[in-house]
Amino acid sequence: MTAPCTLLDRLWTAHEIVRREDGASLLWVDRHLVHEGSHHAFGKLASRGARVAEPDLTFAVVDHYAPTRGRDRIADPQIKYMVETLRKNAHRHGLRLFDLKDPGQGIVHVVGPEQGLTLPGLLINCGDSHTSTHGAFGALAFGIGATEVAHVLATQTIWQKKPAAMRIRIEGRLGPGVSAKDIALNWIARLGADGAQGHAIEYAGSAVRDLSMEGRMTLCNLSIEGGGRFGLIAPDETTYAYLRGRPYAPQGSVWEAALANWAKLITDGTATFDQDIHLNAREIAPTVTWGTSPEQAIPVTATIPDPNTLANGKAQGARDALDYMRLAAGRPIEGTPVDQVFIGSCTNGRIEDLRHAAAVLAGRKAKVSGLVSPGSALVKAQAEEEGLDRIFVDAGLDWADAGCSMCVGMNGDLVPPGKRCASSTNRNFRGRQGPGALTHLMSPAMVAAAAITGTITDVRPLLEGRAT
Amino acid sequence: MSGWSQHQGHAVALPIHNVDTDQLIPSRFMSTPRSEGYGRFLLHDLRRDAHGETHSDFPLNRHDHASILVAGRNFGGGSSREAAVYALVDAGIRAVFAPGFGDIFAGNAINNGLLPARISEEEMNLLFQGLADTALAAEVCLEKRHLQIGDQRIGFDLDPGWRTKLINGWDDIDLTLTYRTEIDRHSQVLKQRAPWIRPAQITKNS
Repeated sequence: MTAPCTLLDRLWTAHEIVRREDGASLLWVDRHLVHEGSHHAFGKLASRGARVAEPDLTFAVVDHYAPTRGRDRIADPQIKYMVETLRKNAHRHGLRLFDLKDPGQGIVHVVGPEQGLTLPGLLINCGDSHTSTHGAFGALAFGIGATEVAHVLATQTIWQKKPAAMRIRIEGRLGPGVSAKDIALNWIARLGADGAQGHAIEYAGSAVRDLSMEGRMTLCNLSIEGGGRFGLIAPDETTYAYLRGRPYAPQGSVWEAALANWAKLITDGTATFDQDIHLNAREIAPTVTWGTSPEQAIPVTATIPDPNTLANGKAQGARDALDYMRLAAGRPIEGTPVDQVFIGSCTNGRIEDLRHAAAVLAGRKAKVSGLVSPGSALVKAQAEEEGLDRIFVDAGLDWADAGCSMCVGMNGDLVPPGKRCASSTNRNFRGRQGPGALTHLMSPAMVAAAAITGTITDVRPLLEGRAT
Repeated sequence: MSGWSQHQGHAVALPIHNVDTDQLIPSRFMSTPRSEGYGRFLLHDLRRDAHGETHSDFPLNRHDHASILVAGRNFGGGSSREAAVYALVDAGIRAVFAPGFGDIFAGNAINNGLLPARISEEEMNLLFQGLADTALAAEVCLEKRHLQIGDQRIGFDLDPGWRTKLINGWDDIDLTLTYRTEIDRHSQVLKQRAPWIRPAQITKNS
């Protein structure tokens, strides 16, 4: 009899080529996704005179610096240089490039799944911490640094020590207006921004099974904000329904063979985890951040915590965060005025996210300015087919092209200093959306609510009587 | 990359938790070629005000010769940007002592000869108190895994494989290529036994 295995165990074993005495494993990489930020790695490759080992398994996407408006002529020389450099490197090594005008262009973690490049059972690397997103399909997916990107380019393998296993089980039904984003902010607030450090997180439970692939991707995407480099969800019918017919997904008899294999990607009932966390979906409210770390999150109905009541040496950090965010302890977070809103990013830029926001915004006007950047050109086309773009534009928001945009600000989409932004993104770090920018993370529906009232607002009353 | 096993320098306290990689280097500097040096970007927006004037009381501004940092929990969390490590290394930092590091950051650090040394929260507090606003002469020994400041000696945790790599200054690519046969075998077996793993369009075209 073999010992009970976790999904992580199965994925690890399948990819392990050798294991060194010190415990580090050399793992085979099935997909490698690169973007403009990979220039350091291509530089390292060039300095060795090396070639990309497996160009057929390496895909390049323009996203971090992608202009969301005026794509035909990039004015900023630095942005132009970054995009041109990726083009040159993709061309030199014969890589499929999703360029600015490609109908498949978008944020790398949106493009991978929607092209069917992301599949259950694969090992996926990308020089981006939100690579954990792809774990929603039952793939071993993790972000890596530039030296590691160069290593994968040169060898199609990566050295990695097997992480500890954590399970977050969420049972029950989410309430109306509550989404995967709220689940994520909830557990991160509970365990801390380093709560899952050194761990791979498997999400399980009925609330996770009930999530669409979009919701599962949001959940896995945010693993890294709680310190977990890997997020995992065992594949099921929802996964297969999403993938069937995608351009790079297997077809015909190969698809059938794949399905038989993917069904084995489960955690055994008797397997144990180094940490096992339980959440009740019914208890999760729409959640927003008040500080400069994703762990500084509270239900929208709560008051901003008093730093003096915080333990574990978190008091000073909370004081600094409140100071930076220009907020007062003890006040309700609801009603905090915002200057602008942003909907998009690899966390919440998918079609379901746009539908959730549009359901709130339909027939209403935004009191503040805002930008909606779909996660990919395909998401954009789908949204336009459904008329969602009209809802955003009629509400007074800008409807733009796909890219990382205002989540990281590299393309020039920035929140001005001292301005407060309700944002569907992943990081409320100081200056993340621009120097001096004040970011509040929340779900797309909550961002839409903030747009309508011009303040941080509980979305639930705004959804009453509406189909969501 | 050259290896090292001992380092003598000055230690300074950075008593902040959750110093994420966006703080270590704001994204707007990341299109700079590495050859131009990243040291001036280190903690750029924490060290300077909105007009670019440096805060004289910020630890690294007061002691810009420091090469050993003692920091709060979750140092280097967030973005995978290796540029955060380039900024530290190019500013002359050789070792960071903290109760915990972002997993991706720690791996990047090792790949660039920077030591991410884990200490307990108690030891962190002890060092914060001992260093206060000063920079004190300190010695890091990788072989014995300790930090010596005056007569105070503090042990640290480091993965043994990572320690060996730091000491030898190994390049992983060279090491990996010694497993060429095993890698090729794995790749061939995959192609035969699991055809669905390769991207469908590529399989069709090739």
